[in-house]
Amino acid sequence: MNPVSLLVFDALLLLSIVGLAWASLATTDVRRGVILFMAFGLVLAVAWGRLLAPDVALAEAAIGAGLSGALLLAAAHRQPRPLSPETTNATRNKGAAGVGVVLRWAVTLLCTALAGTLAWALLHAFSSTPHDMLPGAISANLAVSGVSNPVTAVLLNFRAYDTLLELAVLLTAVLGIFALGQANPGYQPAGPVFDGLVRWLVPVLILTAGYLLWVGAHAPGGAFQAGAMLAAAGVVLRLAGRTRIGLPEGLMLRIVIAAGVGVFLLIGMTLLLLGRPFLGYPPAWAGSLILLIETAAMLSIAATLVLAFLGGRPEATGVKAEANRQCEEIP
Amino acid sequence: MLTTQVLYALTACVLVALGLRGALLHASLLQRIVAINVMGAGVFMLLIAVAYRGPGQSPDPLPHALVLTGIVVAVSATALALALARRLHAERDDG
Repeated sequence: MNPVSLLVFDALLLLSIVGLAWASLATTDVRRGVILFMAFGLVLAVAWGRLLAPDVALAEAAIGAGLSGALLLAAAHRQPRPLSPETTNATRNKGAAGVGVVLRWAVTLLCTALAGTLAWALLHAFSSTPHDMLPGAISANLAVSGVSNPVTAVLLNFRAYDTLLELAVLLTAVLGIFALGQANPGYQPAGPVFDGLVRWLVPVLILTAGYLLWVGAHAPGGAFQAGAMLAAAGVVLRLAGRTRIGLPEGLMLRIVIAAGVGVFLLIGMTLLLLGRPFLGYPPAWAGSLILLIETAAMLSIAATLVLAFLGGRPEATGVKAEANRQCEEIP
Repeated sequence: MLTTQVLYALTACVLVALGLRGALLHASLLQRIVAINVMGAGVFMLLIAVAYRGPGQSPDPLPHALVLTGIVVAVSATALALALARRLHAERDDG
C-alpha cells in the first residue's frame, strides 16, 4: 500500500476512534453510550492490527469490546431508561446544577492542558534518539524462552512476575464481587432460533479457546484471549436462559478461580526449591511449564469473567440445591 | 520520528483527556465507568504507538505484553466497579 493511502486510512481510523469516544461520553442515554463504547472497542482492535499488534487486537476485540460491553450493557439494562425528553432534560439540569458551569469549564480546560502536556512530553521523547535495548534483549533470548511468540515470552517468562500479579488482581476483583452480593437474576429461556444458534456457537467457542491457548506459543493468541473465548461461551449460555453454564460449584469453583495464581506460585516455589530463581524455568522445560501455567490461567480468567457477568455469588443449581428445594417443599 | 507513531500518540492524548473529563463530570456512575475505560484505551494506544517501529519492522513486544495485561486488569476493575455501583443503587433504594 502506498504511504498516502495509508495516511488517509490512519486519519479516517483515528477520526472515527475519537468521534466514537466523544459520542459515547456525550450522550445522556446510558444504553446508547455503552453501545457506542462497544463500537469504539472494535474500531480500536482495527487500530491495534494496523500498528502490528495482533495479540492486543485479539484481546481488545474479545475482552475490551466483547466482554466489557456485555458487562456494561447488562448493567445499563438494569437501570431505568429515561422515559421522555423532559426526564432527560431534568437529569441534564440536575447534572448541571450538581456541577456548576464554571467548574465544568475549569475541568475541560484542565483536561485540555493535561492532553497538551502529555503530547508535548511525547513529542519530546520521540524526537530524541531511541535506544532499543529491550527489544534486542528479548529477541536474543527468545530461543531459550520455550516459546517463539515474543509477546507470550514476555508475559509468561521474561516478565512472568507481572502476569502472576495480574492474576492476583483478577482474584481480588472476583473476591470483591463475591463479597458484594448474589448474582443477578437469570434470563428467560431462549426461543428456538437463538437456542439453535447457542448449540452451534458454544462448541465452536470452546474449540477456538483451545486453539488460541495452543497457538499462543508461536503466533498471536494465549491464555487471555483463550480465557475470554471460554467466558464468552458461558455468557452466551447465560443469555440463552440456561441455569447450568459450565461453571463448577462450591469448592471446585473456588479451586478454578484460584488455579491461575496457585499453579503459577507452585511452579515458582518448586523452582526455588530446586535452586533456580523464582519463575526462572530451565530452558528444556520452559515450553511445557508455560503451557501448564497458561492452561490454569485460562480457566481462572474464564471463570472470573463469567462470574463478573453474573455480578455476584452464583445461586446453587446442583444436586444440593435440588435437595434443599425438595426439603423446603415438604410441609 | 515516524508520522504514524506521532498521529496515534496524539490521538491517545485526546482519548485520555476525553475520558478524564467524562469521569469527572458525568452524573451517572455507569457513564463514569465507561469514561474511565476510554481513558484506559488512551493509555493503551500510547503504549502501542511507542512500540511501533514502522511498516515491515517488528514492533517492541514489551509494551504489547503490558497492554494485554492492562486490558484484562481493566475488565476486572470494570466488573468490580459495576458490582459496587449495583450495591450502591440497592442500598439507596432500601434507604
